[in-house]
Amino acid sequence: MGAIEGIRKIDKKNHIVVISDEPYHTYSRPLISYYLAGKVAEENMYYRDRDFYGRNGVKPILGTGVRSVDFDRKTVVLCDGREVRYSKLLIATGGKPFTSPIENVYKENVFSFTKLDDVKKIEKAAARGARAVVVGASFSRLKAVEALVHRGVKVTVIDIMDRIMPRVLDETASSIVLKTLGENGVELLLKTTVERILGDEKAEGVLLSNKAVLACDFAVLAIGTRCNTDLVKGTKIKVNRGILVDGMMRTSEPDVYAAGDVAEGYNFIEERSMEIAILPSAYKKGETAGINMAGGERIFEKGFIMNSMPFLGLSILSAGLAEQHEGVRVKALLKEAENTCKSSYKKFYIKGNRLVGYLLVNGIDRAGIYTDLIRREEDISPFEDSLGGEDFGLICLPKDARKVRMLDGLNKE
Amino acid sequence: MNIGTSTGTASPAGISRKRIYCMEEVCIGCRLCEIYCIAAHSKYKYDLVKTFKKMLKRPLPGIIVEEQKPVSFGLQCRHCQEPECVKSCITGAMKKDPVTGVVTNDAFRCIGCWTCILACPYGVIRRDEQEGKIASKCDFCIENNGEPACVKNCPNEALQIGLAWE
Repeated sequence: MGAIEGIRKIDKKNHIVVISDEPYHTYSRPLISYYLAGKVAEENMYYRDRDFYGRNGVKPILGTGVRSVDFDRKTVVLCDGREVRYSKLLIATGGKPFTSPIENVYKENVFSFTKLDDVKKIEKAAARGARAVVVGASFSRLKAVEALVHRGVKVTVIDIMDRIMPRVLDETASSIVLKTLGENGVELLLKTTVERILGDEKAEGVLLSNKAVLACDFAVLAIGTRCNTDLVKGTKIKVNRGILVDGMMRTSEPDVYAAGDVAEGYNFIEERSMEIAILPSAYKKGETAGINMAGGERIFEKGFIMNSMPFLGLSILSAGLAEQHEGVRVKALLKEAENTCKSSYKKFYIKGNRLVGYLLVNGIDRAGIYTDLIRREEDISPFEDSLGGEDFGLICLPKDARKVRMLDGLNKE
Repeated sequence: MNIGTSTGTASPAGISRKRIYCMEEVCIGCRLCEIYCIAAHSKYKYDLVKTFKKMLKRPLPGIIVEEQKPVSFGLQCRHCQEPECVKSCITGAMKKDPVTGVVTNDAFRCIGCWTCILACPYGVIRRDEQEGKIASKCDFCIENNGEPACVKNCPNEALQIGLAWE
């Protein structure tokens, strides 16, 4: 979608063909938990209007996957045998779920949580009072938990780590999350994993690595997602964890681009090419690829991870670095509320005179200013003390820095 | 004045579009911009007395007044050329109108995930949790021909309409 809008910024005429194995118009993957919670109807899961393809001169081929790509003949071969020729190709196959090896895993009531079809299946199993086991306490899994809680399902979450989301949350933040899970009747079992699914046709329970047995009516697996590079495996296209691309989203093969979660991107804070599997960067990578495919010029730069994680009434934002690194200072502010779930927690990661990351729990107002300080690599030394303050705003910045923002774009004539 | 037609002037430099700018040197921090913004978006359109006397749940102002004496200014959505909020929106609720350039949030489709709050460089999107959870921001008073109530009622003309090239 970002790519289509990118292409059409430059080129209004040439044909665009979109091929997807899913039968749906471009829908928002992050919305599947809202669908399951009954908060978003299927017709509102689409990013753009129904006539988006028509208006943009796009021919969609939906519900048919791609079998292979012949890069020499510049031809895409579909699973049904059809062939589509291209002059420029964008690979945006996204991510796919992976799970650790579990015995006896293929059951009709053991689900993934990645696609719309997954939640359509879960919806049927998730009756009020049903017992569910959710494996993996990642953010997307926690969104599944939230949706199940809203449906009145009794949920047990199992995670192999000793803390919840240790790469994003520190002790203080995870204690707020734990309290919230508890208040919503969710049980959390850490430092253990599912060894085996019990039951014949259907899963009736799980056997944990600590040999405990948990009965359940259904299970949601998939521990995380990885770049879905199946299509280019064994081809000339260079792949690391994701498809390797340059700043213009070009792969190692001429006229072939990659974007979205399948492509790596340059993370300027960690100073390396890596997966940045979040929606804002997926859009921008697509837009960048589209503009370049159409003959324009755009570089994807200053990529970094950022996430908004609203969850059972909590608001959690994180951007840039989220763990202690060498040479990085930390500033943390905790404002405790009577109910821990309402406590406000702010943590900033500072390297030299630059903000390189932050974590906010509940006190998230005006957070984008912090994100912008990271992006601009602004010298924060004149106002470092004001970070995290109740009245933090552009007013805390030196006048020059503020004027650049407030008068942005103004034509002075 | 209609920003849809009067600002779509194309030139080699791009399109000239109206934006609201605040001159902090002349802002007196009276917060009338907030008051008029709330009234302009209430069901009593522009009636201050009814808005504040009769409504228990009033709309949030689309402008944020920042103050650290002696400096003060009002700040609202910049309606950016490359809006971070639109690009990061996970529902498609946040949109930039290709004709007027105005960035608006479709309250019906917004689910209050706050990704726009994470992304907006100016910190001008608020959480509105009065009825459901939705992101709230300046809409350039598009329903009033794009004549922003804050600009119209700023007593010291600190808030002004300026032109920006996009």
